[in-house]
Amino acid sequence: MPAIEILGLEKIYSVGFWRKRPKRALHPLELTVEDGEIFGFLGPNGAGKTTTLKLLMGLVFPTAGSARILGREWTDPSVKAQIGFLPEQPYFYDYLTAHELLEYYGQLSGVPGKHRKQRVEQVLQQVGLRGVQGVQLRKFSKGMLQRVGIGQAILHQPKLVFFDEPMSGLDPMGRREVRDLMEQLKHEGKTVFFSTHILSDAETLCDRVAIIHQGELRGVGAVEDLTSSVQGKVEVIWQGTQVPASIKALGAECHVTADRVRAIVAENQQDAVIDILRRERQRLIAITPVRTSLEAYFVEKLRRAETTAGSTV
Amino acid sequence: MRTRVAHIASNTFREAVRDRVLYNLIAFALLLSGAAILVGQISIEIEKLVVINLGLTAVSLFGVVIAIFIGIGLVSKEIEKRTLYTVLSRPVRRWEFIVGKFFGLAGTLVVNTFFMAIGVFAALFYVSHKFVRADALILVALYFIVLEFLIVCSLALLFSSFSSPLLSAVFAFSLFVIGSFAEDLRNFAGMAHGLSHWLATGAAYLVPNFSAFNVITSIAHEQPVAGQLILQNTLYAVFYAAMALSGAVLIFEHRDLK
Repeated sequence: MPAIEILGLEKIYSVGFWRKRPKRALHPLELTVEDGEIFGFLGPNGAGKTTTLKLLMGLVFPTAGSARILGREWTDPSVKAQIGFLPEQPYFYDYLTAHELLEYYGQLSGVPGKHRKQRVEQVLQQVGLRGVQGVQLRKFSKGMLQRVGIGQAILHQPKLVFFDEPMSGLDPMGRREVRDLMEQLKHEGKTVFFSTHILSDAETLCDRVAIIHQGELRGVGAVEDLTSSVQGKVEVIWQGTQVPASIKALGAECHVTADRVRAIVAENQQDAVIDILRRERQRLIAITPVRTSLEAYFVEKLRRAETTAGSTV
Repeated sequence: MRTRVAHIASNTFREAVRDRVLYNLIAFALLLSGAAILVGQISIEIEKLVVINLGLTAVSLFGVVIAIFIGIGLVSKEIEKRTLYTVLSRPVRRWEFIVGKFFGLAGTLVVNTFFMAIGVFAALFYVSHKFVRADALILVALYFIVLEFLIVCSLALLFSSFSSPLLSAVFAFSLFVIGSFAEDLRNFAGMAHGLSHWLATGAAYLVPNFSAFNVITSIAHEQPVAGQLILQNTLYAVFYAAMALSGAVLIFEHRDLK
């Protein structure tokens, strides 16, 4: 059973004060997220990521379409007991302490009273917020609030977690911890759906990603399929500061940094390059196939979408 | 379901306390003790009358101001600050949120009124040095004031569910003022003819009839309040607040939280 099935969800807002006009925030979206995977929802700012998440959370109502979450209609209130949600740039009741806030959310999510206190402590430790007793959230930094946000999303041990830009506002250590947490959630058999525009995070974490731009789905697939090798090229790295003329003659793209040389050559020239390096007594360090980065794939998709949009105008 | 409403109500009450809303009690205490001392010195025989009138009017006005200024932000502030997102993404229904907020604010006002009532009785004791049986009537006036608060809270919530805080404050305060003259509006409707009769009658029955809740003057003169009026006012306040809350829920149930 898929964790999420989005069946043609569409959102058109009415904008303008006097003469209302329609503004399409999301074209009919069809998307399936499998149980137990980490799914990245990628797109530039204003692409429709947050609108999709708000639709799934029931915060805004769709113009058309529906969705199923954990096998049930997404409007079924019982579904919400099994999902966690971190909104983008979360803001909480700042007159509460982190303990009080999590206690309150635990009550609303139906976490039994006898386990609640213990669970709150456990979650605060998990998100790196131990020892903040008695401090109201109004005194928390942006990064600390983000941690509280992640804590409240996983507090009631949901089966499915939605994170909207979870790395936003976090320092490199914080980002690393969130990545570890997501991997831990996956390890526990949970499904993670997260939106981001930080592609390196998506590339490191996700089993599959979807790319959305101008409210329209532009591509979806497994990260390794999207970043498969291109045009049969390999990257050869060796120790040295000079590029032998015979390698240059093969048409290799070469870059020298410190005491290393990187050369990108056609796959069928790989053996010839190795022979040259052996002859020149250079120390070979690595040979790896050149893959498209997720970033390159993403940029290419967006460019293509903009070209199509331009040609239809 | 009931527990979720109770949790939301208790958090709303906690917010009011932590945002120092109950600090208004200090201003109230200063006003009342100052007035009691002053009245004790300048008035003869009517000290008690003045203290009851002034005290209960202050209880009503302080409460209405709090009800309006907290009530108008109860929903709009949560949308603006996006605190609502993490509440409604849980198994909380929208109506539970509205009803919980209402009870939280109503609870705040009841507690506030309780402390103010202590102040009124203290001032009364200061000027008359004793309590008489008729002073218990003040409790009826206080009860009516609390009923009035319930209506104002529900109206503030209703306006807050679809308009900005500023407009909500204007609407709620205007309705409070018009409602305080509801009896006059009904009398005018009785005298008018044709279309204006129907319009005035419609308006007179639509606005909350706060004048029926104002028994301060008669109580200051130690005139008893009929049991029928107590029952009537209770039913009216519950019905009116329920209608206004239903309106708020109906609007909020269909609102996109952009």
